[in-house]
Amino acid sequence: MSTAAPVIATRRIIPGFGLTLGFALAYLGLVVLLPLSATFIRSADLSAAEWWAAVSSPRVVASYRLTFGVSLLAALANVVFGVIAAWVLVRYRFPGRRLVDALVDLPFALPTAVAGIALTALYAPNGWLGAPLAKIGPEGIKVAYTALGVWVALTFIGLPFVIRTVQPVLEELEPELEEAAASLGATRLQTLWRVVLPALRPSILTGFALAFARAVGEYGSVVFIAGNMPMKTEITPLLIVTKLEQYDYAGATALAVAMLVVSFALLLLINVLQLWSRRQGQ
Amino acid sequence: MAAPATRIRSVPAPTPTRPALSDPRWLRGLLLTLTLGFIALFLLLPLAVVFGEAFAAGVGAYFASFADPDAIAAIKLTFTAAAIAVPLNVVFGVATAWAVTKFEFRGKSLLITFIDLPFAISPVIAGLIYVLMFGLHGWIGPWLDAHDIQIIFAVPGIVLATIFVTVPFVARELIPLMQAQGTDEELAALTLGASGWQIFRRVTLPNIRWGLLYGVILCNARAMGEFGAVSVVSGHIRGMTNTMPLHVEILYNEYNLQAAFAVASLLTLLALLSLFLKSLVEWRHARSSRAH
Repeated sequence: MSTAAPVIATRRIIPGFGLTLGFALAYLGLVVLLPLSATFIRSADLSAAEWWAAVSSPRVVASYRLTFGVSLLAALANVVFGVIAAWVLVRYRFPGRRLVDALVDLPFALPTAVAGIALTALYAPNGWLGAPLAKIGPEGIKVAYTALGVWVALTFIGLPFVIRTVQPVLEELEPELEEAAASLGATRLQTLWRVVLPALRPSILTGFALAFARAVGEYGSVVFIAGNMPMKTEITPLLIVTKLEQYDYAGATALAVAMLVVSFALLLLINVLQLWSRRQGQ
Repeated sequence: MAAPATRIRSVPAPTPTRPALSDPRWLRGLLLTLTLGFIALFLLLPLAVVFGEAFAAGVGAYFASFADPDAIAAIKLTFTAAAIAVPLNVVFGVATAWAVTKFEFRGKSLLITFIDLPFAISPVIAGLIYVLMFGLHGWIGPWLDAHDIQIIFAVPGIVLATIFVTVPFVARELIPLMQAQGTDEELAALTLGASGWQIFRRVTLPNIRWGLLYGVILCNARAMGEFGAVSVVSGHIRGMTNTMPLHVEILYNEYNLQAAFAVASLLTLLALLSLFLKSLVEWRHARSSRAH
């Protein structure tokens, strides 16, 4: 009965509404929305045919294939290891657990350029891991300066997302569910697969979408390890930078708008997923 | 878009001691090995490489890398950009969280979505939009040029790009926290005759201090480490518009690996310090929420 009352009351009573909302809107408008909309308006300098030609040239299409394909593979790897790591961190007790838990956020804290040069040095043909890998098989496995290197960088960057979305859900999971499954004769593996995993589904999907969205836009960690060969290991964000450096503002803007549309769609998807996971949590 | 990942977490769940909840030994061993192996491969080895390469030519060479005036200028610029961007985003974060959590208004969920935009956008595009605004061929570029104001390829552009990529951190930390705390204490203070500023200083701020600090740590880490957005607006003028991450890139591309990794090691130490402070705040937050 009284659920609506506090809302109406607070709207009137607590001071600072105009000041804080006004500041928030002005700041967000000037720093984020105005420059963003300027970019969309700017892209109208091109005719539809010119725009399409700029975003569908073979070199650009090859960069989409690499960017989206490898981002997908990296996000999938993050799901597999993220779920396992979240389970281990929440359910097992082992020495150094807190340290590992704190380290998980390293990809958020470490500047992407540092991650980029460190991974490149590690996987370069003369690197700590690159050298032994190059001796495997007749051809040797090359990681740096190939699509595989891009995957390594994007997997690094997306590593925390799935772990951090799944962890709180696992912490809240009611143990009674698993006990019920066990008492009904399920083996431990059956319980994990049929009871625990389905409960984690929304949070896994959210983490996957976050990791994927981050990977698609990633620049700093990839440019060092990718080798940046046109048609082969060139990601779309790098192509935007290349066009800018050639003073091809129209081309860069066209590509940026294409990527922005994808980013907004992903943001929408993530919001829907988070709503779903909150609902399931209740 | 580090959504749930950047949120302050409270007390971890207690150890399950019930037999039905424990995994068979082989499974424990397997999952633990996989996790630790993955963490070692993807997190510890890159960390080790940074310091290994930085000290490859000895301690003397390591410290000599920081005597380079360009390196010192880059360090100064990085701290300057963060010193401007972080306080501005703190004010924005607090104001936005106050507006969103203390009042009802139309378009609120749209506003919350807009706060996340900088996380959804590629850093490269974040830089590009400012070039399109303020660059010589940009919207107000010619006017700025006529008045001798330079934003792109100058320090203001770097500060702007840094602000853009770090806009969401404090706001998205405070919004869920202040939503959970409700408005009861603020209303009580109001009844007792406190002014708006007094309510914020004496009631709200003490309640949100750990969340605020947490947001500041994350915001600062990103501000100091940003590469893509800053790279697009910087113009890479040595000693002038080079931040630490950009300086690392230049040294690396010049095959001066030892110096590149030396500067990178300083950034890595800052990142590790951020992680340490973050864990400390989480621990304090967990203690204070348990005390309540």
